[in-house]
Amino acid sequence: MAEDLIEIRWHGRGGQGAKTAALLFGEAAIDTGMFIQAFPEYGPERTGAPIKSFNRLSKKPIRLHSGITNPNIVLVLDPTLLKTIDVLEGLEKGGILIVNTHKSPKEMREELSVEPGILVYTLDASKIAMETIGMNKPNTPMLGALARVTHILDFDKMLESIERKLKKKFRGKPEEIVSKNMEAIKTAHKMTKGEE
Amino acid sequence: MKVVAKTANEAMAEAMRQINPDVVAAYPITPSTEIVQIFSRFVADGEVDTEFVPVESEHSAASACTGAAAAGARVMTATSSQGLALMNEVLFVTPALRLPIVICAINRTLSAPINIHCDHSDTMDQRDSGWMQFYVEDSQEAYDSVIQAVRITEEAFLPAIVSADAFILSHSLQRIEMLEDEEVQDFIGEHKTPYSVLDVDNPITVGPLDLQDYYFEHKRGEAEAMRKTPPIIKKVDREFGERFGREYGLIEEYRIKDANKAIVVMGSTAGTAKEVVDTLRQDGEKVGVVKVKAFRPWPREDINKSLEGLEYVAVMDRAEGMNGFGSPLFTEVRSSLYEIDKRPDIYGYVYGLGGRDVKPRDLKKVFDDLKKVESGKKIERVNYLGVRE
Repeated sequence: MAEDLIEIRWHGRGGQGAKTAALLFGEAAIDTGMFIQAFPEYGPERTGAPIKSFNRLSKKPIRLHSGITNPNIVLVLDPTLLKTIDVLEGLEKGGILIVNTHKSPKEMREELSVEPGILVYTLDASKIAMETIGMNKPNTPMLGALARVTHILDFDKMLESIERKLKKKFRGKPEEIVSKNMEAIKTAHKMTKGEE
Repeated sequence: MKVVAKTANEAMAEAMRQINPDVVAAYPITPSTEIVQIFSRFVADGEVDTEFVPVESEHSAASACTGAAAAGARVMTATSSQGLALMNEVLFVTPALRLPIVICAINRTLSAPINIHCDHSDTMDQRDSGWMQFYVEDSQEAYDSVIQAVRITEEAFLPAIVSADAFILSHSLQRIEMLEDEEVQDFIGEHKTPYSVLDVDNPITVGPLDLQDYYFEHKRGEAEAMRKTPPIIKKVDREFGERFGREYGLIEEYRIKDANKAIVVMGSTAGTAKEVVDTLRQDGEKVGVVKVKAFRPWPREDINKSLEGLEYVAVMDRAEGMNGFGSPLFTEVRSSLYEIDKRPDIYGYVYGLGGRDVKPRDLKKVFDDLKKVESGKKIERVNYLGVRE
């Protein structure tokens, strides 16, 4: 497979914005000149039900149209999923796990028995979302964490792109919803923790 | 040109907006995807001049479209799966009346069991209806093909279905290059029609009773019209390529020149197959892909030229022919090869029904099977890939 291909899996619950996060990240990557795919896993869609969404990013055109089974990066938007879903499935050495939790990366590693060679990062995205947006919408903060950890995209360019997309998405809603989301991403970018 | 992120649904709807058809009649409810929903927003926002007819069923959608085309309008619609199946009766009428219409179809399987995911059974069901059929690999090709199809149908006086794989393409965001509105308008040109049922000064009869005396001649003419489509498709495609830099052909050969084994495949799986071929080529294996874009007209000459001299070929069908032997693409390819001397040993694979994922390792298994045959082992002539037996 193409060596420069990056594959991402998002875990969330219906309504938390895992699909939107994948779309926003994908569009931001296009704005920086990359080729992308962003797609959700379609099944019965219910609020609160576990869902997955995916990204592929590459500097070259992407021809693969299969599902993603061995992601390079896994993001978990809801810590309650950790008990029921094997979020580490297919994640290999060199891979990255980013979890929305108040716990430390070390605690997460122990709790999930993450094998050495996989990097673990945590962020209390729900807390940041509550404090900035006023709702438990952890998807935009997790975008900040993703940017911090991976450096796939230039952070400033990504912010610009996401702001543009959110303005379009929230057209007709109070303007502050966009600025609050942007603040959430920036705060998350600073607050993401890795292992020492 | 602008670079944008679009799903195939959005890309096809954007193409429809830029084409600005005179009439779109549609029934935009599941199994139809959001193409018509997006397009209806363009109508509501005044971005197109289209007369949008929200009919009560797909049967009525096809009927209204056919009527509008007979009146001389440029007509498009979109549907999927059971919706396309419900159009079936009318779909045989449109090409028989030699009317150009473009359907943006998303390939979803047919019931039963109930399932909304990808396979090609819905368009295969329309195989003999007289519509041209174009299968695409990605959103870019979906967008480009819809624009090309307007020109092709209006020159051939036959309708066309442009189809993209459900979810894999229809709901997956991808990078595409969109043309400017004026470029699209300039490419498709003004819609001209030699006859119109609304032209009261030159009255004509459309669709009358036509019994033993002339029915056969009219069907013969329709068959001849389809036989003459390949040069039209190639000409329009070439012109599109000259203007915008992307050309597709009736088929696409990928690393075939020095290959001794190949996969023949349609739709999004062609992309995955190309990746697999690149990987296997690194290990020195002489493998390639032939992507069939035009299934109707059947590109017999191109296929034969492409596969002549190959030793082993696997034909991949994302549909089950229910004939007790092999599915439509397999039987077409195999039948075409009958007329060439150096024909490959050919095997059929049914795959991906009801949206079953097709991974690189699945396609690698197909090449592994062909290798087994090469080393003298026997395999079934028709195989099922990735199914629990």
